[in-house]
Amino acid sequence: MDINNASKLSPLVSVVIQSSTFDVPAETRLLEKALADNRINMGALATFTGSVRGSETGAFDDAAAYGELLALDIEHYPAMTQLTIEAIALKAAQRWPFLACRVIHRVGRLAVGEPIVLVLVASSHRKEAFAVCEFILDYLKTAAPFWKKAIFEQGEQWVAAKVSDTEALDKWSLPSL
Amino acid sequence: MIKILFFARLREQLGTRECSVTWSDNMTVQSLINHLLTNNDDKWQLLLADEVVVAINQQVVGRDARIKDGDELAFFPPVTGG
Repeated sequence: MDINNASKLSPLVSVVIQSSTFDVPAETRLLEKALADNRINMGALATFTGSVRGSETGAFDDAAAYGELLALDIEHYPAMTQLTIEAIALKAAQRWPFLACRVIHRVGRLAVGEPIVLVLVASSHRKEAFAVCEFILDYLKTAAPFWKKAIFEQGEQWVAAKVSDTEALDKWSLPSL
Repeated sequence: MIKILFFARLREQLGTRECSVTWSDNMTVQSLINHLLTNNDDKWQLLLADEVVVAINQQVVGRDARIKDGDELAFFPPVTGG
């Protein structure tokens, strides 16, 4: 057995896909409790929340014809989404030492302004917390099987994948999952 | 039997979220698509698009990937979560 690997602690990883909203302070307390229960002291916590923007005009050819954006309908592949996000977190763990992460991604119809995704990352130092948080989001956006449909006042349209999301992976110098 | 799932825009365009196909020896993703194309229904040509992602048992694979009896396949457009 590789002693270096054996001495490394695996981070606490928890991934949830849900239709209901989430409460960031409550989720943060849960993460802190999980660390305390495992006698782990953290030094840094990065929190990212993504929400439904009021406009998606840049993503559509003729968005003006549809009127205001009302909501996003988020579909997913239940058997695959959680596994994929867990695999991304484990890939991050091979690169940076971090203590815990919790990822919540919502599905179903989400109105403008509602939160979509939460990524909490606890580590000993800020550098790892920021890096792991961004890494998880970058890979989630390009590998986790979620699809957004934009619901406008008049009509609806599937959101197209962005080249910039795929290009964001370049900074990690890893192939896409 | 092979279970095949379709998601998002592809599900809507094909008008189906799930179908089953009888497994055959040496079946690959490409040969499965070819088999569907022999059904005289042009809609399956949508599966030929380069951007369509294929997963076997929840793992993304290439068109040359082998399919085993009982596998779950999924075809879907590029993902847009986060």
